[in-house]
Amino acid sequence: MKKTLNLVLAAVTTVGLAFSAHAEDYITLASTTSTENSGLFDSILPKFEDATGIEVRVVAVGTGQAFEIARRGDADSLLVHDTAGEKRFVENGYATERADVMYNDFVLIGPADDPANISAAKTAAEALSAIAEAEAPFASRGDDSGTNRAELRLWESAGVEPGGSWYRELGSGMGPTLNTAAAMDAYVMSDRATWVAFENRQNLKLLFEGDKVLFNQYGSLLLSEEKHPHLKHEMAAKWHNWLISEEGQQAIADFKVDGQQLFFPNAK
Amino acid sequence: MEENAFYVALSLLVNLDASLYQIVVLSLQVSLLAVLIAAFLGFPLGAAVALWQFPGRGGVVVALNALMGLPPVVAGLGVYLLLSRAGPLGELGLLFTPSAMVIAQVILVLPILAALSRQKVEELLGEYREQFVSLGMSRARMMPTLLWDARFALLTVLLAGFGRASAEVGAVMMVGGNIDGVTRVMTTAIVLETSKGALPLALGLGIVLLTLVMVINATAYILSETAKRRMG
Repeated sequence: MKKTLNLVLAAVTTVGLAFSAHAEDYITLASTTSTENSGLFDSILPKFEDATGIEVRVVAVGTGQAFEIARRGDADSLLVHDTAGEKRFVENGYATERADVMYNDFVLIGPADDPANISAAKTAAEALSAIAEAEAPFASRGDDSGTNRAELRLWESAGVEPGGSWYRELGSGMGPTLNTAAAMDAYVMSDRATWVAFENRQNLKLLFEGDKVLFNQYGSLLLSEEKHPHLKHEMAAKWHNWLISEEGQQAIADFKVDGQQLFFPNAK
Repeated sequence: MEENAFYVALSLLVNLDASLYQIVVLSLQVSLLAVLIAAFLGFPLGAAVALWQFPGRGGVVVALNALMGLPPVVAGLGVYLLLSRAGPLGELGLLFTPSAMVIAQVILVLPILAALSRQKVEELLGEYREQFVSLGMSRARMMPTLLWDARFALLTVLLAGFGRASAEVGAVMMVGGNIDGVTRVMTTAIVLETSKGALPLALGLGIVLLTLVMVINATAYILSETAKRRMG
């Protein structure tokens, strides 16, 4: 009995030690699934760590949840893509500064035979109207993410109130939504990065791209010291400034999947 | 695709690279530690409920049984709100660490261990009661004897708890955050690869996870069979 107890205690201590052996110099970054899934972070984080010795731990969630994590003080830094929401975040005092970091764009994906013929559309609004008119299945994120918010704004500008059995709100991330769209031959709006890195395309094809309204801006936020004094503000500021520095911007431009650049640095 | 996944699983196991190794080790550390802690709390709790009569005992039994069905994502949400900086235990800074994942899994596993050990101990108590009475043993003295004599049945209970811990994803995803190299475990890695559309890799990881669970179960089986034989 005593022997077993000793063994257990030894096991617990070992595990405890293993947990605490991690580096102290790290920040937690709340960001979006598009940046994580495309592989951007795997490419740029080592460069930042080399330059500063700071490890960045990424929690990749939808933009809505990322804001919530930052609001509660559970992340040191925030990198998302919902400019309107980011500005509100600053206005409400949760962040002290927001900076443009990079952009990519949204693309409209759909079944290769394109039943709503959106590849002939001239604008994104026209393409969405065509989908609504044809009542062709459309898979929406439905999760209050940056992509979801952008999609809803597009419907609004197209003058369509999406609803009915053809409009399917999935309530999941970009990848799962693409998986589902592939399985039910539905149209779907995706950020280009996730689409290019996505492997399970089946019958899906990129059908519409290039309209200016599909522009997808990413911003970095410096969180408020006043609201959350316990956060690692100094290191977070280093990260924020590195992202918009020449070095950081170059690292973003250098990230390519299959020779294709996925994010375009545009810090001012 | 399925054949492909088996091939992927095999090559994952053969070439066990550093990042997969880390994920596997963390999965085992988190789940084994959670089950261990849950056992230290759950087995005495289950035995106590079996041994003592007290008002509201029926309610406790029903609650333990019902909590076996606690959805992991609800446990995760609860622990998230508890450990979040804005929550009551925020000061500890445990959110998005392996410790948070252990806490969430303890909450998931504890009811299983307590409820099932309660049942096992109660059965055994039925057999032993007269002997205990003739020896004039107190209930507190009965507890270790019953737990020890039920040890082989409790091993199966322990494995059921471990199965629950190693298989769940909702709780560890929420409180761990699936951070690469820090809180990424087998199940959250599978979710991530699925969301990238890398289905063969996701399934391959699933097969690796199953293999691991199988090895642990086989080890437990062999150990208990050997022990039983030695005891005669």
